[in-house]
Amino acid sequence: MSAVEVTGLVKHYGDVRAVDGISFVIEPGEVYALLGENGAGKSTTVEILEGYRTATAGQARVLGRDAAAGDRAWRDRIGIVLQTSGIEQEFSVRELIELYGSAYSDPRPADEVIDMVGLTEKADDRLGSLSGGQQRRVDLGLGIVGRPEVLFLDEPTTGFDPSARRRSWDLVEQLGEGGTTVLLTTHYLDEAEHLADRVGVLNKGRLVAEGTPGTLIEQVSGTIVSFNVPADIDLADASTTFGQLLGTEIDLVGRLVEARVSAPTAAVHRLTSWSLERGIELDSFTVRRASLEDAFLRLVDDDATDGGEP
Amino acid sequence: MSGLSTGALIVRQARYQLLTFWRIPVALFFTLALPLIMLVLFNALFGSSDIDTDEGTWSVRQFYTGGLAAFTAVSATFTNLANMVPIRRDEGVLKRWRGTPLPTWMYIAGFVLSAVIIAFIGVVVMLTLGVVAYDLQIEWAKMPAAAVTFLVGVGAFAALGMAVAALVSTASSASAVANAIILPLAFISNVFIVTDDAPAWIGTIGDIFPLKPFVESFQDCFNPTVDPPGFNWAQLGYVALWGIIGGVIAVRRFRWEPSGTSARGRRARRRHADVAAS
Repeated sequence: MSAVEVTGLVKHYGDVRAVDGISFVIEPGEVYALLGENGAGKSTTVEILEGYRTATAGQARVLGRDAAAGDRAWRDRIGIVLQTSGIEQEFSVRELIELYGSAYSDPRPADEVIDMVGLTEKADDRLGSLSGGQQRRVDLGLGIVGRPEVLFLDEPTTGFDPSARRRSWDLVEQLGEGGTTVLLTTHYLDEAEHLADRVGVLNKGRLVAEGTPGTLIEQVSGTIVSFNVPADIDLADASTTFGQLLGTEIDLVGRLVEARVSAPTAAVHRLTSWSLERGIELDSFTVRRASLEDAFLRLVDDDATDGGEP
Repeated sequence: MSGLSTGALIVRQARYQLLTFWRIPVALFFTLALPLIMLVLFNALFGSSDIDTDEGTWSVRQFYTGGLAAFTAVSATFTNLANMVPIRRDEGVLKRWRGTPLPTWMYIAGFVLSAVIIAFIGVVVMLTLGVVAYDLQIEWAKMPAAAVTFLVGVGAFAALGMAVAALVSTASSASAVANAIILPLAFISNVFIVTDDAPAWIGTIGDIFPLKPFVESFQDCFNPTVDPPGFNWAQLGYVALWGIIGGVIAVRRFRWEPSGTSARGRRARRRHADVAAS
C-alpha cells in the first residue's frame, strides 16, 4: 500500500481551478517535494490530504484512507506542519509539546522532541519571547510529537536563517531515514534538491513534471555556460557571435550571456579558443551543471507558452 | 487507541485553558476583578439603603452581591468564550488542534469546563466577600437551588457564548459584540440597578433575554424575603431554552478556521491567474 495516493484530484474555488486534475503516489519512507510558485496549488493539495478541505473531484488517500473521512486513529498516524498557524503564546515550548503530545496515543517524550528541533536552550521560554524562526521550529516539533508515519510539511523553512534551515534539513533527513514518509512543499529549489527522493512540479494546478531531482535536471537541461560579454564586442552582435560559438541559442541579460549546452566540452573549447585568439579574458566565466532551479524555471516557462491555456 | 482516557484528556484541556486565562492579565481583570470592584463601589455609594419589593424590604448590599455573582458567572462563560474562541480561531490555534487526533468535542469541552470553573471561583469569591463585608446571609436550605441555578446559567451562557463565537467573523468584532450585548442588558436585568420602577418596556425587554431570569433566580437564593427551597423553575426553564438555542447555533455554525482565509486565497489565486493571463 502506498503512503499517499492522489488520483485525478480537482479543487475549484468558484471559477478558479486551484488544483486541476493531478495524480501522484508516494511510497512509504519516501521524501516527496511538491514544488511550485505561490498559487500553483501546493497548499490546496496538501490541505486536502490533511483532511482540511474536500476535493471537488478525484481521490486523495493517505495510509489507505480517504483523507476527507480520516478519523481519530488515522490522525494519530499523521503529522501536520501547516504553512501558517498560530501557537498559544502564553505557554513554554515544553508545555506545548507535552500538551499537544497528550492528544496522541504514543507521543515522543518532550525533551526528545525539543532536542530534535534544536530548542533545548529555549525549552522553558514562553512562545511569545521566541523569534519567528524559533516558533517555526516549535511548529515542526508539534508536527512530529506523535511519531507520525506520514508527515506533511507545508513550506517548513520559510523565514529561517541558513543555519536553522540546515538543521531542519538534517531533521527531515533523519525522519526519512527512520522510515517516515514526508510530503514537503517548498518554493526553495535547493531544499527540494537536497531533501527529496522525488519531486513533483506544480504549475497552475497541474503537475507538469515528476521525477528524482537528478532526472528532472537531466530532462530539461544540460550544462550552463555563462560569462559577461567582453567590452569590445557590440551587444547587438553578441547573440549571433556566441550563439554560433556555443552551438545553441543564448540568453542575454544585461551583459551576461547564459547558454544551456548539450556538448559542453566542444562548446567550451570553441569559446575559449576564440577568446585566446583575440587575447580576451572572459569576465565571470563559469561552467556549471544545471540546477533544479534551471529545470524548474524552464518547466514553468514552457508550460506558460505551450499550455494553450492562459 | 491507547493514550489518555477521555476524562483525562478533557481535564488536561481544561487545565490548559485555565492556565491560559491565568496568564492573560486582561482576561483575569475583566472577568474576576472588575465585578468585585463594582461590588465594593456600589456598596460604598448605595450600600446603606434598602429596597422595597412586593415581598418585603431587602438590604441593597445583599441585592448587589447575588446579582454581581450571577454577572461574574456570565462574564466567565458568555463573555469569556465569545472573546477567546474567536481569538484562538483567528490565530489559527483551532485549526492546529483540528489536525491532531484530539476529538474536536473534547477541545470544546475543555474550553467550556475551564469557563465553568472560572465562573465557580468568581461566584465563590464574590459570595465570600459578601458574607464577610456586606452582611450577606447564607441560608443553607436554599443552596441546592443556588447550585442548580448556577449550573443551568453557566451551561446556557457558555452555549450562547459559543454561538456568538460561531456567528461573528473576527476576534475584534466578537469582543465588541459580546460587550454590546451584555453590558446594556445588565443595566435592565437587575445587575447594577433595580428595575422595578423602570418603564414597562424596559421590563419587557429584560424579560425577553435570559440574563434577567438568571440574575433574579440567583438573587432569590440570597434574598431573605424568599422562602426555601428557592427554585424558580419557570425562569430556569426559560434560561435553559435560550441555552439550547445557543447550543444548536454553536454546533451548526462553528468554524475552525479564520474567516476570509479562503476568500483571501481566492483573490490571491485570481490575481495570480490574471497575471499569468496578461
